[in-house]
Amino acid sequence: MSAATYTISRSTPVSRAAAVAGLILCLFLAAAPWWAGRADLRLMSEIFLYLSLASLWNLLAGYAGLVSVGQQAFVGFGGYMLFAFTMFLGVSPLLAIPIAGVLGAVVALPVAILIFRLRGAYFAIGTWVIAEVFRLVFAQVSDLGGGSGTSLPIDVVKSIAASRSARESTSYWLALGIAVLVIAVAFLFLRSRQGLALTAIRDNELAAKSLGIDIWKTKLVVYIVTAALTAATGALIFLQKLRISPDAAFSVNDWTAFVIFIVVIGGIGTLEGPIIGTIIFFALRETLADLGTIYLLVLGLVAIVVMLRAPKGLWGMLRAKVGIEFFPLARRVVKPSETQDGRHGK
Amino acid sequence: MADPFLTVNDLTAYYGDFQALFGITLHVDAGEVVAVIGANGAGKSTLMRSITGLLSNGPDMVCWKGRNIGHLRADQIAQLGIAMVPEGRQLFPSLSVEENLIIGGQAGRKGPWNLEEIFKLFPILEERRKVPSTALSGGQQQMVAIGRALMSNPDILLFDEISLGLAPIIVKSIYEILPSIIGGGTSAIIVEQDIAKALSVSDRIYCLQEGRIALEGPAATVTREAISAAYFGI
Amino acid sequence: MDWINSIVQGVLLGGLYALFAAGLSLIFGVMRLVNIAHGDFIVLAAYLGLTVATTVGLHPLVALVIVVPVMGLIGYVLQRGVLNHTLGDDILPPLLVTFGLSVILQNGLLEIYSADPQKMNAGALETASMNLGGNLNIGWLPLLMFAVSVATIAGLQWLFYRSALGRAFRATSDNQDIAQLMGLNKAHVFGLAMALSLAVVGIAGLFLGIRTSFDPSAGPGRLIFGFEAVIIGGLGNLWGTLAGGIILGISQNIGAQLNPGWQLLAGHLAFLLVLAFRPRGLFPRIDG
Repeated sequence: MSAATYTISRSTPVSRAAAVAGLILCLFLAAAPWWAGRADLRLMSEIFLYLSLASLWNLLAGYAGLVSVGQQAFVGFGGYMLFAFTMFLGVSPLLAIPIAGVLGAVVALPVAILIFRLRGAYFAIGTWVIAEVFRLVFAQVSDLGGGSGTSLPIDVVKSIAASRSARESTSYWLALGIAVLVIAVAFLFLRSRQGLALTAIRDNELAAKSLGIDIWKTKLVVYIVTAALTAATGALIFLQKLRISPDAAFSVNDWTAFVIFIVVIGGIGTLEGPIIGTIIFFALRETLADLGTIYLLVLGLVAIVVMLRAPKGLWGMLRAKVGIEFFPLARRVVKPSETQDGRHGK
Repeated sequence: MADPFLTVNDLTAYYGDFQALFGITLHVDAGEVVAVIGANGAGKSTLMRSITGLLSNGPDMVCWKGRNIGHLRADQIAQLGIAMVPEGRQLFPSLSVEENLIIGGQAGRKGPWNLEEIFKLFPILEERRKVPSTALSGGQQQMVAIGRALMSNPDILLFDEISLGLAPIIVKSIYEILPSIIGGGTSAIIVEQDIAKALSVSDRIYCLQEGRIALEGPAATVTREAISAAYFGI
Repeated sequence: MDWINSIVQGVLLGGLYALFAAGLSLIFGVMRLVNIAHGDFIVLAAYLGLTVATTVGLHPLVALVIVVPVMGLIGYVLQRGVLNHTLGDDILPPLLVTFGLSVILQNGLLEIYSADPQKMNAGALETASMNLGGNLNIGWLPLLMFAVSVATIAGLQWLFYRSALGRAFRATSDNQDIAQLMGLNKAHVFGLAMALSLAVVGIAGLFLGIRTSFDPSAGPGRLIFGFEAVIIGGLGNLWGTLAGGIILGISQNIGAQLNPGWQLLAGHLAFLLVLAFRPRGLFPRIDG
């Protein structure tokens, strides 16, 4: 039993199977325009966009400890950038989406410098103030419809693709694409040195500090990357809606409350949590949406109960019971004879 | 033999997965002064935290005057007459000297100690009663910590590392004052690293080593050799 | 003259903002909890006042005697029943639970009272005013509310620094473990702190409902005003919070004077300027 015979492994049979299954699922979903109806395609697009927002918020709050209730600032900002660049500068919508992302990162920097002065829960409310400022500022821009908003001109819409079905397919693929991109970015980031540092900070801030991990810089990077991808997602959301207004663009309920509930119910601080949460959220919505405000009441109640009784969410409960992990983040020490059995060792 | 005031039976304690105490059994009789000595990390402070209820413990592990108190909260235990002078004084920085003392009497137990008596014991504190507790010297802070514990008129006083971080001359004066505090039926547990000091005021000693009791006996008869053997585990 | 008028009105409005802030500040000081649903509780208190005023037929200001204790009771039960279970090293649970509460309150109020804006009628008191020369008029009602706000802040200040309860609050805030050793049950102390916070919210909500119209979605905005007043004034200083509220009120009124669309924006701008140049607030507490 010499030390040299041990290896470090992250992947497990389950995670390898999940990777293959995930790939097949992605291909299957990418083919949806050929097998799904128009309404299903729209619903699935919305699911992917929420999955993207939820994974981003999870990265921010669940890993970096930056609990924001103001991510609608970047959703709305991205949406408005899409409208501004396509309407005033004649930029193609497909190009305007990455532009919105980059600009999201650019505005996130001064915002971060300001609100990083607030700690913990006050940081959360600070992000909310920023979102309010964004909303009020965009409501002042009369070229973008002021307080009542504006619609995407028909020639801009047509520039995406000539036929309606081609447009719908394109925006579906974009939604699927951003969800896959966000999850991939989160996964690769968490496997990187910085991601590891972040997890260390989350698990034990004091210990991480004593190891000299630069918390501030890592958190800043996460905040800015998240803002960029949130803005790009926002641009896609309003490309689907074709209409934007300050209240819709910067809605705390739509872009933050729902997203938080998704992550909390699914399992905060895991990559799988937002996926599970998104599925549950939409299943609930499709069955309870007729109840209107009661549905929101139930959602709030479920989130509170989950937070109190199962703070790791449904995925956390499942993982504690069966010990599986679809996204191989944890490292395990594996004996050569056991390389095929990832459940052994830690 | 006097009635046992405090009995600790086969006490275990954990911090998460880490076990800090492995079956500690000890007792303190009425009016008795017991010293608990041991190296850093031997489990002395954990023992204090378990007795005072800051660390939860199993049924029947800690009994007070024949009654099981292991399931009680720290504030309920405090009401029963168990007071602690915590390690590092731990005064309330937002409270003045006087307020720190008054809050010690929060439980409202009757007895000889009140603000006036504390000021008689430590006259310097009366002069500085309105000062924030953070403005005091280490020795004065220790006086407040002792006074704060006395204000609850306890039946047993737990002193956790009473001389840690204080100048020798202050430690000396505190030990000179101790007999006048714990005379008259009040029991005490003195947790101490300074073995000679602890022996000088105690009736019996327990020596902890890695969460277990390595040695116990009357303070007058234990030998230095036995103590060092237990202390260092050699 | 318009300018002086808007500044004076801003000061009076600031008193209300300080009331929004005081409860928030209090519980943060005692247990490091930030109640995201704070604003929604203000709105809840306004609706409670409305219900009491219309069903019992009391004057809205008299409804205080019912609303304030009821809110205090809600606060105590909420803290003991729910929020105490969320407190610990992790800031996430209290934040998310109060966020969930916020959504529940908003939608619950929507279900009961509908989205129509409501307002309480304070009768003749609403229009009574005194003339301070020129066209500078000060309404008796805003003045009365301002006086009550200042008195409430003064009362809280006294309670926090001079009373046995305040001593228990400060001790528990300093060191929860040692406070327990003094015989203080922290669950109870925290319950009392939340009760006090929501009692103040009761006053604030009633005043809000008399001053302006409100609807179930008005909460988050009030939370933000209260929060901005706390940060502008500096954490842990109630008189600073009053000053912060007044600065916020003046900024908003000056903004509105420049352009009606800039009212809220000007308030946020004042907050951001303070955050940028005096991140500890204008009147931070001097420790030690």
